[in-house]
Amino acid sequence: MTVGLLDRRLLFVTGKGGVGKTTIAAALALLAAEQGRRTLVCEVDAKGDLAGSYESGDIAFEPRELHPGLFAMAMDTEASLREYLAVQLKLPRFTRLGGLAHTFDFLANAAPGVKEILTVGKLAWEVRERHYDLVVVDAPASGHVIGQLQAPQAINEMLSVGPIREQTGWVLELLTDAATTGVVVVAAPEEMPVTESLELVDRLAQTNIDLAAVVVNRVLPELFGRAEEQVFERLARPEPAAALAAAAGPSAVAVVDAARLAVTLRRTRAGHLARLREGLGPSRPVLYVPELFARSHGLRATRQVAGALDAELS
Amino acid sequence: MTPRDTGIPQLLAAKEIVVVCGAGGVGKTTTAAALATMAAVHLGGKVLVLTVDPARRLAGAMGLAGLGNEATRVPAEALAVSGAEPRGELWAAMLDTKRSWDDLVRRHAPDVRTRDAILSNPLYRNVTGKFVHSHDYIAMERLYELHASGTYDLIVVDTPPTRHALDFLAAPQRMADFFSSRLLRWLLAPYRSRLVNAASRPFYQLADRLLGSAFLRDIAEFFILFQSMYEGFIERAQAVERVLGDRRTTFVVVTTLEAAPADEATRFIAALADRRLHLGAVVLNKVLPVELLDPEATAAARALRSRPGELADELLADASVAEALLGAPSAEPADRTLVARVLAELGESFLNFQVVATREAEQRAELGVGAEVVTAVPSLETDVFDLSGLLRLGRQLWGGGAARR
Repeated sequence: MTVGLLDRRLLFVTGKGGVGKTTIAAALALLAAEQGRRTLVCEVDAKGDLAGSYESGDIAFEPRELHPGLFAMAMDTEASLREYLAVQLKLPRFTRLGGLAHTFDFLANAAPGVKEILTVGKLAWEVRERHYDLVVVDAPASGHVIGQLQAPQAINEMLSVGPIREQTGWVLELLTDAATTGVVVVAAPEEMPVTESLELVDRLAQTNIDLAAVVVNRVLPELFGRAEEQVFERLARPEPAAALAAAAGPSAVAVVDAARLAVTLRRTRAGHLARLREGLGPSRPVLYVPELFARSHGLRATRQVAGALDAELS
Repeated sequence: MTPRDTGIPQLLAAKEIVVVCGAGGVGKTTTAAALATMAAVHLGGKVLVLTVDPARRLAGAMGLAGLGNEATRVPAEALAVSGAEPRGELWAAMLDTKRSWDDLVRRHAPDVRTRDAILSNPLYRNVTGKFVHSHDYIAMERLYELHASGTYDLIVVDTPPTRHALDFLAAPQRMADFFSSRLLRWLLAPYRSRLVNAASRPFYQLADRLLGSAFLRDIAEFFILFQSMYEGFIERAQAVERVLGDRRTTFVVVTTLEAAPADEATRFIAALADRRLHLGAVVLNKVLPVELLDPEATAAARALRSRPGELADELLADASVAEALLGAPSAEPADRTLVARVLAELGESFLNFQVVATREAEQRAELGVGAEVVTAVPSLETDVFDLSGLLRLGRQLWGGGAARR
């Protein structure tokens, strides 16, 4: 890695639905804040999962400090437009709220990419103004993220003049500077998530936006070494099985069955992991986060993931 | 468990459209493909699976080189090779958003000039090509078209990965609302007549300043052209809504038992009820085996974890057991340690997975209410990536689906 992952200024965390994208974004932000960076984490799909990761209660457009140095916000494109008009274009707040809402509704539906540019523009602005050392984005799932990241480019091409075009200029510059901006692709070691991650990495390579890292979530621990595995296999033979049932209780067979499922799952996942590594090539950084057998997905789990990421990064 | 007439097979036999929905990553696409494959094999008739996922995953799973916008038949031999005697035909198609929009314009445009003007408008190309929202509407539109053609006995639809699973349900109505909105008329007014009324002037000044007049002209042209298709669109949107609400249509909600997708499934089920749409089944995918919750197995796992050395000694005390385990009748101290390690790991692993299984059981209790059919599909040991895999999954849905409330 030329630039340390958390030394960039803007990270878009994405991945196929269900792989734990929000958890990874939450953990990266928590880790960065604990290392002393003033960090903003932003949830783009306002689903409330980020609040769940921090057990923080509702997260709103106005950033709130959840832990020392860790600020969280939820994207709201209408609020972003209001802020943009007032703060950046310095337009008087002439619009009554109702009028603006209508106009916004119209614009967002009519002009493609408006919501996307308001999202990316707001985040890029926070970076440019140096309000934070690092902005971590819990970005849309892999199918949608490229559209969002390319919105400034698309708008730039569609508009020939005007202040918005001027704005997209610096946003584009910031997004395409690899020392500043990077995408973190979260994958799980399963068939479709690996396939989709590789597709996303390919599509990303066709843009000017840098892939910062691939995070593989939910890697199962290896249960047995080779010698142990042999003993485990032999436990299924009639005599040892009967002896085990006699020693540990008749239901010990269910315990052995469960371990067999775990071993098989791990083996299957190891295959996908190998495919991912091979598809990515040697130069792209890959971080591994183990499967957490956690009671629930709250702050405790987020801390555990942050710890795992910390170990991978150092 | 008594047999009932409300299992997955009965559902597929009674309906003409099955809409498969759920959060991203729960196995929607695979479930849709498995349902369609089972219906084609066991129920017969012409079955189509329509996938709207741009990732083109279904093609691989069904052994097709690529799915186009046109439906392709999965060769009967391919189905037969998978150990099934197909009674019907399996067809597959993918939704190509751009092509479907173009087809729609061709169908509704009043004349050739309007058609060509729309198809070449830069805004139109952007809306349909780049931005994902257009997916929702076009998916439902295409479904309507396929159903109306009468070609298929059953259509299984895999829904688009929307931000919120419900977006596509509202899409036809949104489209109709948009075309009849006052704002649209407002915007278009100055391009139809030179009179801009006082109320809208500030809006134009703002819009002009922000976007530039060339862009505004593009937008206006686009919507003026599109409005020529207004009638057709509204009619179509309403027809699409009627089909979704028809009693021949049912919805299958797929979810895993993780918190986020399960919450989304709960919201989805409630929304279906609000709209008086038919919830056919809830499929719980990748569920861990219930044996993980068994109290006696738990006791055994705890014993293995807490006193593995003792248990290893007990096992190895019997020479024939020692031989079966180690290949030698008598055990060295190192062997004893090895066996103890294995036993401890067995207990540990069981208790780890039990934590997850407990979480799943709680989610399941929250979810199971209200659906006629709740079917659980176990966490399969290997992935589904070919037709035999689909059939294997299908059999789980079929059999496991023997109606549990």
